[in-house]
Amino acid sequence: MAQLIKSMAGPVPLRRSFLLINRNFSSKSPKQSAGYCFELTPEQLEIQQLARQFSRSEIIPVAAHHDRTGEYPWDIIKKAHGLGLMNHHIPEEFGGSDIGSFESAVIMEEFGYGCCGITTPMDVNNLGQIPVVLAGNKEQKKKYLGRMVEEPLICAYGVTEPGAGSDVAAIKTKAEKKGDHYVLNGQKMWITNAGHANWYFVLARTNLDPKAPAHKALTGFIVDRDTPGLTPGRKEINMGQRASDTRGITFEDVLVPKENVLIGEGTGFKIAMGAFDRTRPTVASGAVGLAQRALDEATKYALERSTFGVPIAKHQLIMNMLAEMAMSIELARLAWMRASWETDQGRRNTYYASIAKAMAADVANKCATDAVQIFGGNGYNTDYPVEKLMRDAKIYQIYEGTAQIQRLIIARELLSRASSNPSS
Amino acid sequence: MSLRILVGVKRVIDYAVKIRVKPDKSGVITEGVKHSMNPFDEIAIEEAVRMKEKKIAKEIVAFSCGPAQCQETLRTALAMGADRGIHVEVAGPQFDTLQPLHISKMLAQLAKDEQIDLIILGKQAIDDDCNQTAQMTAALLDWPQATSASKIEAKDGSLQVVREIDGGLETIKVKLPTVVSADLRLNEPRYATLPNIMKAKKKPIKKLTPKDLGVDVSPRIEVVTVEEPPVRLAGAKVENVDMMVEKLKALGHA
Repeated sequence: MAQLIKSMAGPVPLRRSFLLINRNFSSKSPKQSAGYCFELTPEQLEIQQLARQFSRSEIIPVAAHHDRTGEYPWDIIKKAHGLGLMNHHIPEEFGGSDIGSFESAVIMEEFGYGCCGITTPMDVNNLGQIPVVLAGNKEQKKKYLGRMVEEPLICAYGVTEPGAGSDVAAIKTKAEKKGDHYVLNGQKMWITNAGHANWYFVLARTNLDPKAPAHKALTGFIVDRDTPGLTPGRKEINMGQRASDTRGITFEDVLVPKENVLIGEGTGFKIAMGAFDRTRPTVASGAVGLAQRALDEATKYALERSTFGVPIAKHQLIMNMLAEMAMSIELARLAWMRASWETDQGRRNTYYASIAKAMAADVANKCATDAVQIFGGNGYNTDYPVEKLMRDAKIYQIYEGTAQIQRLIIARELLSRASSNPSS
Repeated sequence: MSLRILVGVKRVIDYAVKIRVKPDKSGVITEGVKHSMNPFDEIAIEEAVRMKEKKIAKEIVAFSCGPAQCQETLRTALAMGADRGIHVEVAGPQFDTLQPLHISKMLAQLAKDEQIDLIILGKQAIDDDCNQTAQMTAALLDWPQATSASKIEAKDGSLQVVREIDGGLETIKVKLPTVVSADLRLNEPRYATLPNIMKAKKKPIKKLTPKDLGVDVSPRIEVVTVEEPPVRLAGAKVENVDMMVEKLKALGHA
């Protein structure tokens, strides 16, 4: 007999659930507390929704194609540009989205979920722009940031060289002052977007004295793509993130006008490193997006695939793997949120940014590997989405500061705090 | 033409969510479940925004009735291009028994208060599938109606609307002011751009109560029970058509 329930009488009891932090879900407005809040603001939720919709409907369907062919994702870039999802850090007065580091990272997590091969070019755009945002004068900002807003253009960040990656202080590309210009000679390597950039942020050595320290010897330049003598190399075929465009660049007597120097000679190192503090949270969030995708795919598969008479999700060793993936993702997410929030508070976030990036990169790799494991033989195969995640994840432990460098940074920050303030 | 358009946007359970009935069978579970704007209402907003871009409309007012979270739905409408929002707050048990007639009365009153020239609604909501609000609103206002619209053209002070009906497509001409309900193929809603999401923050949302509009939202129905659809039973194979007819008769289906 069906139960007859009259809903006329009194109020339908509603479970009072505090701050349901469901990834996707709108919930009651949180009680305003003076301390931490784990809830996104309504605008942040909207931005997350937009990025999520875009990622699921525009990026995911074409990801496998771009991975296979290595084709640069111009279509996606143009669409994202039209929706204001690029140019995160460009101030509003120059027409940029001018969103905080937190919102930028929210977007990158959703994008990383879709395909980090496609979205790394977009994030590197932010990386290339930040030196100009932080250190550029008004004319430089207007000229080089303004054009990025008007059209979907790409820029790149040219610091790494064939002989100097982690050891930025050892870069050899020279910039000699000759009249109103600097003449750049040297080579850069592993520069994302090199083949498609409209301009590059380039770090070069202006002080040739071997005893000069890095924070006095290097200078940041904005270099136009069509400057004679600047030659991007071939597109490198990499293990993963294949849609991204990575190349070497050769500089042969490249003339850069002195107006394109950022701040002044000798300030380049600080600018280059300062950029990382802003972008590490978004790299971390992209990695978390990848990890979340790995978990979602693995969970779905585990509920569908049966062995020994039951869905594999019921086997404890699979449950263990899923649980550990979930644990690490939750923590990595909190880490990038803290790191980006610190920057938005106007504070130096090096400690948190490095923790977030180091953590998220390791988490992404572990989750992608475990996802392949859960898929078993199918996981190794290109018809299933997880082998790509594993290939894409590896670079997160290398670029934007290797896993080892991050740990050195964290330890140095820790030790400097300990020696200056033992009690805190 | 310089129309002021009122668009109704309903906050419903997202179409992709698997609906579950509450254990006490008094309704479906909505707590902690993803909600979004009714897809037909997105199409309605998109149409209004396009009319504004073509300079046929001068202002778009988005309206939603329900609990506090409806503000999120209104913000999405504002981010898509509406100019301001009106939120009639109805929460808890009263919200559960809201019917199209209540909403129609609110829309009718708002149309008078805000001097609306055109009301665009979604053809139906994906939670109750009523397909009544547009029709009732038109009747209450004594305005013409063009429902299930798949194309709207403004011509010489009236609207030419192509309607999707059972037999095919019907083209009618309606004088303004009028009520239109949007069908699936009317347009493809745009993404809200990030700059528009930020701008939407500054657009105003007016809060009203049903009383302000003179609408009594006491329930007109009583929810007796809500149950899942019956589980699909296994079929049976038969040898030939005669046997099938016999079986159907035996089961009372023929």
